[in-house]
Amino acid sequence: MAQVTIAVNGKKRTAEVEPRLLLVHFLREQLNLTGTHVGCDTSQCGACTVLVDGRSAKSCTLFAVQADGSEVTTIEGLADGDQLHPLQDGFWEEHGLQCGYCTPGMIMSAVNLLNDNPSPSEAEIRHGLDGNFCRCTGYQHIVNAVQHAAGTASKE
Amino acid sequence: MAASPVLPKLVGQRVKRREDPRLIRGLGTYVDDIKLVGMQHAAFKRSDLAHARILSVDVSEAESRPGVEAVFTGAQIAEFVAPMPIGTPFPSPDHRAVAVDTVRYVGEPVAVVVANDRYVARDAADTIVIDYEPLPAVVDPEQAMTGQPAQIHADFENNLAVALVPSGTGVSADLQTVDDTAVDKAFADADVVVSQRMYNQRLAPTAMEPRGVVAHYEPGKDTMTIWSSTQNPHILRSFIAALNGMGQDQVRAIAPEVGGGFGAKINIYGEEYVVAGLSKRLGVPLKWAEDRSEAFLATTHGRDIIGYLDLAATSDGKVLGMKLRLIADIGAYNMLLTAAIPTLTMMMANATYDIPAIRTTLTEVFTNKTPTDAYRGAGRPEATYFVERGMDMLARELGMDPGDLRRKNFIQPDQFPYATQMGAVYDSGDYEKALDLGLKNAGWEELKQQRDAARAEGRLVGIGLAMYVEVCGLGPSSSLPTGGWEHSQVTIERDGRISATTGASPHGQGNETTFGQMLADQFGVPLEHVTIHHGDTGVVKQGIGTFGSRSQAVAGTALHLAGGKVKEKMAKFAAALIEAHEDDLVFENGRISVKGVPDSGKTFAEVAGYAYVPVPLPEGLTPGLSEEAFFEPANNTYPFGCHISLLEIDRDTGEPTLLRLVAVDDAGNLINPLIVEGQIHGGLAQGIGQAMVEEVRFSEDGQPLTASFMDYAIPRAADFPRFELDNTVTPTPVNPLGAKGVGEAGTLGSTPCIVSAAVDALSEFGVKHIDMMLRPEKLWHIIHGGHS
Repeated sequence: MAQVTIAVNGKKRTAEVEPRLLLVHFLREQLNLTGTHVGCDTSQCGACTVLVDGRSAKSCTLFAVQADGSEVTTIEGLADGDQLHPLQDGFWEEHGLQCGYCTPGMIMSAVNLLNDNPSPSEAEIRHGLDGNFCRCTGYQHIVNAVQHAAGTASKE
Repeated sequence: MAASPVLPKLVGQRVKRREDPRLIRGLGTYVDDIKLVGMQHAAFKRSDLAHARILSVDVSEAESRPGVEAVFTGAQIAEFVAPMPIGTPFPSPDHRAVAVDTVRYVGEPVAVVVANDRYVARDAADTIVIDYEPLPAVVDPEQAMTGQPAQIHADFENNLAVALVPSGTGVSADLQTVDDTAVDKAFADADVVVSQRMYNQRLAPTAMEPRGVVAHYEPGKDTMTIWSSTQNPHILRSFIAALNGMGQDQVRAIAPEVGGGFGAKINIYGEEYVVAGLSKRLGVPLKWAEDRSEAFLATTHGRDIIGYLDLAATSDGKVLGMKLRLIADIGAYNMLLTAAIPTLTMMMANATYDIPAIRTTLTEVFTNKTPTDAYRGAGRPEATYFVERGMDMLARELGMDPGDLRRKNFIQPDQFPYATQMGAVYDSGDYEKALDLGLKNAGWEELKQQRDAARAEGRLVGIGLAMYVEVCGLGPSSSLPTGGWEHSQVTIERDGRISATTGASPHGQGNETTFGQMLADQFGVPLEHVTIHHGDTGVVKQGIGTFGSRSQAVAGTALHLAGGKVKEKMAKFAAALIEAHEDDLVFENGRISVKGVPDSGKTFAEVAGYAYVPVPLPEGLTPGLSEEAFFEPANNTYPFGCHISLLEIDRDTGEPTLLRLVAVDDAGNLINPLIVEGQIHGGLAQGIGQAMVEEVRFSEDGQPLTASFMDYAIPRAADFPRFELDNTVTPTPVNPLGAKGVGEAGTLGSTPCIVSAAVDALSEFGVKHIDMMLRPEKLWHIIHGGHS
């Protein structure tokens, strides 16, 4: 067992973990932060995306011990109280989700995307979300949601 | 009372979804998010071989591991879990949830471990040693039909799950006599016949949430609660009860937040039976959460059907006759609806056309592959694909515009209701209107010029067009062994809020919003005052579930009828309270008042309160405001549309790029156009996925070659252009809402219109047909020779 200290959504968490414990299972099983989902086991789908020290990362591809000493933000930590993050608001306004399973990871990836590029073109949004799969929406409303958040929404 | 605000009418509006606030905050509860005190975890050991006899299963190492509660082999499971039932009237081989003596596809469960941790359970499962005697495997259905080299089930000679079933013109209702005269004459009279073998390939439905189940048997009460990622908790409840020797009153099935289904979560799976059975046997709550790698092997696949099509026509493009011989590869076993899915392909062989003579035949074949079952569209996209590709070939053969050819053969608006050669009765339609709008929105003539100009530059650009007609709103009980009705109960609570239940079990469809809109309008109350309960047999008394694009047309109608009943009763209470006649009352803006005199009435909550403390009790009334309704539609509904695509193929690499997708869909009346748009987008994405990037493949010995997202592509955001949607509105007479259903529509028109565009793009190479998916390598060979 190894001891890790990870600041999750602004709160320091110290725990004894198996070295092989995936970060996503640390978040879900030990901290009960079940908003971060698992959609595959080969790092393609992006449902488990969180921010590690401000950068998007697939939490199924990191061991908890690798995140020792870092700051992790999950979907539960994105809103400021009742104030939704602009991306959460965008996904709601633009019907950017249906079943909602990919949504937390999709939003966290989009946070990273807009941090890097606050005014992305449609093509840049589509390429920027390459690591996140959605099976419900066909992505068009997700693109609209990101544009809404970026304030670059252009009406169809 | 303060003046009530004026409430807008919500039906028909783009209302934001009420489901979203919890989902965008990560506060939805999916099955794998559920934890119960003392909960154990199950892991399945699965077959590595496609066909083999099990000689021995050694679980000694697994049993000895710390944290392992128990290990069960298939033979042990068979002692307390009955064989798997199916939901169709077709003959079916013995199918055990965990294999007892023979495995028939890679991924079939062979043993199960129960442990106190999911990692421990999986590790222990990996230590189980199985001694197999390998048997020959067969993965090609046409090979399997020879009975060689593998005979998969003892009582199914030549691996025929369903031997040749005829349908269409000249076939008697009992299928016993077949008269080919009309069909033969159509082909004899024809000026031109096009014939083509086509393959509608196998797909993995791939909901983003894999399957999962938690079962909690409580010995003291002798009750079972089962949470499952399912589309139909009521059907799940029935089967779980039956297989555990329990009554339906003793089992509560809950579909919590469900992360997509697409048909693959209709089936009741072996893992659900086993987890429930083990919870009961061990007296512990038990969870199993499917990995994606397992999902590719063990969650049902879709499609996988070969169509031999012959179309007979006159030289001016009137279709005289059609023959369609279907061979469906259903994989290793019959699942809940497996055998019924390809019958829908037969049923929809008329497509949108008035075809005088049709003969279809269907054969379903076992192979050593994952079983198939419903996948979005379920039989109808296959029919649409075969017929529309045939129409495109015919247009090409005749040198006709593909739109003109279709126009010449459409069922006309005055022919509805239209009884097809295949036994369907199309409810309503105006196909030419959808075609015209599609052509207009695509700019069809300009599109052709654009294509020709690109070709002049040496580019490979093509356009494709397809019409479709869907069968939705399933359906009368005569067509569904589960029952074809839906149920709803609407309750006006004592505080004037509205609770409603629906037997539909949404997993992304947004029924909390659309059904809320309907009730808010029906009662003139704010949407926030309406709660829609679903997906829990402990709360929702009866239901069938969500599939076959039936939520709005069938469950929505049940809700509307239950709402109507309770409104009628509430009006009587209001009439007594206001001292007015009930026929003069209106429900609007949170009040019930005499029409034209808003101040005359009482608030909704005041009337509700009176109904629960009725002093005095109006004559003829009982207390309370809660009414239920079952709705059984007299027929299915038949939405339709026109899809058009523009596609370019890179001459050097063979890579296809979809440049435009223009869709016109007619789903009848719409409750929430925003949600409808989302449904069409999603359907298009899956149809385009089938046409361009998706295919489940196996090696000749039955090893899956596409068992992860590294090998099986589902479309990504950059794969699509911006979809161009529009709609026509032809209400259905089948239900009072006029709504037809829309969940699957996008998967129908998209595949043939894209493949036809690819064929058009490569027309200079003389290609007549290309089987999906449009793999660049395949297209490159057409462009550069070698083989096609």
